[in-house]
Amino acid sequence: MLTIDGLRATAGDREILRGITMSVAAGEVHAIMGPNGSGKSTLAQVLAGHPGYEVTGGTVEYDGRDLLAMEPEERAHAGIFLAFQYPVEIPGVSNAYFLRTAFNEIRKARGEEEIDPMDFLDVMAERLKLVDMDEAMLQRSVNSGFSGGEKKRNEILQMAVLEPRLAILDETDSGLDIDALRVVADGVNALRRPENATIVVTHYQRLLNYIVPDYVHVLANGRIVKSGGKELALDLEARGYDWLIDEPRTAGAGA
Amino acid sequence: MNTAFLEHFAALPQEGPSFLAAMRRDALARFTAHGFPTPRNEDWHFTSPAPIVESSFEPMRPMAAPIDRSAIAPWMAGSDEWPLLVFVNGRFAPSLSSTASLPVGVRAMSLASALLEEPTLVERYLGRVASFNEQAFAFVALNTALMRDGSVIHVARDTRVSRPLHMLFLTDDAADGGVTHPRNLVVVDRNAEVSLIEQYASLAGGRSLTNAVTEAVLDDGATLRHYRLQRENMRAFHTGHVDARLARDAHYHSFSFATGAELSRINIYATLGGEGSGATLNGLYMLDDVQHCDHQTRIEHARPNCYSRELYKGILDGASHGVFNGKVYVHAEAQKTDGKQTNNTLLLSERARIDTKPQLEIFADDVKCTHGATVGRLDALSAFYMRSRGITAATTRRLLTYAFAAEVLETIELEPLRTALEALTLARYAGE
Amino acid sequence: MSSSIESLVGKEYQYGFTTDIEADTLPPGLNEDVVRAISRRKREPAFMLEWRLKAFRRWQTLTEPHWSNVTYPPLDYQAISYYSAPKTAKPLGSLDELDPKIRETYDKLGIPLHEQKLLAGVAVDAVFDSVSVGTTYKEELKKHGIVFCSFGEAVQEHPGLVEQYLGSVVPYSDNFFAALNAAVFSDGSFVYVPKGVRCPMELSTYFRINAEGTGQFERTLIVADEGAYVSYLEGCTAPKRSANQLHAAVVELVALDNATVKYSTVQNWYAGDEDGRGGIYNFVTKRGKALRNAKISWTQVETGSAITWKYPSVILQGDNSTGEFYSVAVVNNRQQADTGTKMIHIGRNTKSNIVSKGISAGHGQNSYRGQVKVVPKASGARNYTQCDSMLIGNRCGAHTFPYIEAQNNTAIIEHEASTSKIGEDQIFYLKQRGLSAEQAVSMIVSGFCREVFKELPMEFALEAQQLLGITLEGSVG
Repeated sequence: MLTIDGLRATAGDREILRGITMSVAAGEVHAIMGPNGSGKSTLAQVLAGHPGYEVTGGTVEYDGRDLLAMEPEERAHAGIFLAFQYPVEIPGVSNAYFLRTAFNEIRKARGEEEIDPMDFLDVMAERLKLVDMDEAMLQRSVNSGFSGGEKKRNEILQMAVLEPRLAILDETDSGLDIDALRVVADGVNALRRPENATIVVTHYQRLLNYIVPDYVHVLANGRIVKSGGKELALDLEARGYDWLIDEPRTAGAGA
Repeated sequence: MNTAFLEHFAALPQEGPSFLAAMRRDALARFTAHGFPTPRNEDWHFTSPAPIVESSFEPMRPMAAPIDRSAIAPWMAGSDEWPLLVFVNGRFAPSLSSTASLPVGVRAMSLASALLEEPTLVERYLGRVASFNEQAFAFVALNTALMRDGSVIHVARDTRVSRPLHMLFLTDDAADGGVTHPRNLVVVDRNAEVSLIEQYASLAGGRSLTNAVTEAVLDDGATLRHYRLQRENMRAFHTGHVDARLARDAHYHSFSFATGAELSRINIYATLGGEGSGATLNGLYMLDDVQHCDHQTRIEHARPNCYSRELYKGILDGASHGVFNGKVYVHAEAQKTDGKQTNNTLLLSERARIDTKPQLEIFADDVKCTHGATVGRLDALSAFYMRSRGITAATTRRLLTYAFAAEVLETIELEPLRTALEALTLARYAGE
Repeated sequence: MSSSIESLVGKEYQYGFTTDIEADTLPPGLNEDVVRAISRRKREPAFMLEWRLKAFRRWQTLTEPHWSNVTYPPLDYQAISYYSAPKTAKPLGSLDELDPKIRETYDKLGIPLHEQKLLAGVAVDAVFDSVSVGTTYKEELKKHGIVFCSFGEAVQEHPGLVEQYLGSVVPYSDNFFAALNAAVFSDGSFVYVPKGVRCPMELSTYFRINAEGTGQFERTLIVADEGAYVSYLEGCTAPKRSANQLHAAVVELVALDNATVKYSTVQNWYAGDEDGRGGIYNFVTKRGKALRNAKISWTQVETGSAITWKYPSVILQGDNSTGEFYSVAVVNNRQQADTGTKMIHIGRNTKSNIVSKGISAGHGQNSYRGQVKVVPKASGARNYTQCDSMLIGNRCGAHTFPYIEAQNNTAIIEHEASTSKIGEDQIFYLKQRGLSAEQAVSMIVSGFCREVFKELPMEFALEAQQLLGITLEGSVG
């Protein structure tokens, strides 16, 4: 489904991704781990097409298409979903309106019919349960004044509504207590399908107790320094990252 | 009434370097052309300088009699061990001053001596920061034309001065009916750091006009903490203008404390002229009776990535009139500006009045600027809470008033000064 | 990034067409004879002519104000024609007698003037250049004792009411443009809602400038008698012309004890082209007076005009009266807006609420100017002001000039303002969810304006939102 080959990217003058190679097949869950500043969030953002990064080398193929040539919204239409590490606030725009617009845009792009507001409410009611959220939040402005946990749950709610083929969760566990973490993880697990794939970006192994990965990749200084099965995550939990990072960290490598 | 000042100009001793004479002539010409502002001038909308214009002030007479050090003790504002420059009736008073404890790298002298000893430094900066080209700046023009003395402070590169320098401007019995134009120049070189107290006070009760201008030049990485205290007698008139120009990564912290004068107008201006620089302009004015005090601040964001923070508080009693006019101006190239401005006023009496005008003028799109203003009485809820705990109404009022002021006094980094001003404030509202 | 956001805000003005119609137009120029000629054409009673002449004489002593944050070349008041009316615009027995060309014009503007196809729930007075060409639902309203007609008709039919209230809120001497309007105003709308009557439908005036080289000087007077309620809407458009045209209107609202007047405007005068050629100079005085327990609420969506100079205000004269001001002002290209409000607290326990949202794009300059004044006797006054600016691109400007004048220590006044840009992060977030850049900008902007839109009557809220949609539509660069 997704083939990343030698991907390099910079933010301003700093090179953050220095040749990432990996591939993800349908039905798989990949975890990307690494210390702060290793480039894992950058990888997630570059895959979604964040304009703040410049891709300087490598290729990314998604379902046979050149992903890097696509606009962010085209990637969304093609089924890529990024759950943001820091979900953005849009004051004055209700969650319901926002989600319906996004939902219909994606349907339109796929040549499907738009759904009317009443039918959409039915879709929502069902998905809200998945993330244990109250209907009242549909009328609140997107992420505006939400607590950290609410924002993360709102990301998963959007994912549940938009039903992506490839979901990328960027540090979705950061800042969550254990109950909120479980709600989020249950939501993600409930949405797993054989034809879909998930990339989980995280600093801690904790989340991977709930979302069990097929593969774990360790990122350091913009490169994958080790890949393995789910047991690698436990190894990291016990031993930290230092044993994997043989080359000295350079000052320039940031998030 | 402008002719009185023209006569003062004619009577000025013909001394000093030629650049100064040219600048004086230029300033006088500007003043003559524009005259004094009226309330029709947007910058003077709420303050009429008419009472000043209509009083025929004479150039201030020299000190009446020698002043004992003990007479100035009440004005030490923190510590009497700090280096001190004293001016009486606009003239430097060496016998009251003590600059012996200044560290290497700091020069502090009177403007009159600096013109002789450091003419190059003075010529390079004097009159280059504080503009007098508009009618709104008539008093700056007058000061520039008529200045006689003041202080010149130079802090050399990388010098960190631990003890603050205190400039104390006093008027005595002979000051009645007189005007002085104190002029200060502060130059802080690269990465140097210094704290200054600039204080205006009266030893007698006569009516006089102090028309002061302070220019500050901050080089790359320099830090200036500037505490301006206006504590003149309740009949005095006071016009003050502070203009600071900042280079890259420089920081200017200003605090204006004003409790004196019947009519006062204080401008605090800062130009953030280098990337990464920032200004914090805070102030507290506490007025009573028929006092009128107008603060005008202007922060000019001329370069990207600069910040400004502003908190002004006023406590108005009697039939006093407070004015706050704060302008934040963000130039088109000043992207990533981060500005925040707040003005809170507490009206203690029915006859007190506040006019506040916090302004934002923004020409850059990637900025974060906010301003806020509140006007009101003491918070009824907190008052009720305190009284329900058995605290008397009078004490509640004092405590809440003090608490209102304390929030801004807390921002004074110079601890002995903060303690001194807190004590003054507490005494003021505990005295009923 | 910001350049791609900016490229989204190019807009095409939809209402820029002209109507080819024969008009009765006074030659350019202004003097007492012109004032008399206008009064004569309107067959006005003597008190009106007197009032106009006093205004004209006062106007001659005044100078054009230049304190606002706008610049424009000097106006030549002798080059403007002060009266233009379609020749066929006679008093009509029925709307069906309306000149088809005018009917067609209003059809294109979305305002049907056929008896059979009237907008449901909205009575419309259509003002074409200097005169009213038709008013709908008049009979229906008459049943409730409500007077809704052109100003000219009111002068004929209800001279007593006109004489009592005309100039009672905005005197002819108020300011330069108000004096000019008082001298030469040609028509406008008049509303009177009797005691205790709740007006059963929205009243609306649609202003259309068509003629070239004319100024438009209409005057609206709305009186809500004790305990009455009325909601009034105003819309405006003009053809695209390369010369600037002056529009100097006056609106007076009177809310007697316990009455409520809600006044909404969607102002979409031609704004000039992208280089700033042409467009309307919209120099307008709008003010309301609220007596005991009365409420006046202004809502405005300002997207048009080359220059806007207007400050819908409320004089909170009566105890417990309330004033509100909700505003969205958008400037793009070379547009300049200096707009805001005045809330003058005079009665006891008066309240005012101000919400202003300014959006600047292109080279546009947007200023909020507002005054909150509490006089010494106005105990218990309360004001809350929220004033937000959004910048799109880095060649525009946003300015905030609030004046807070408190002379009573029981006043509680709060003012908050913020300026921000449309965030790249916001746009990326929305694009990641599948929205196009245009949709993203449009969604962020309408969210930013929501507090104001929700104050508009439903029909106008949709129009306003569409208008902003149009304003911000364009191709992605």
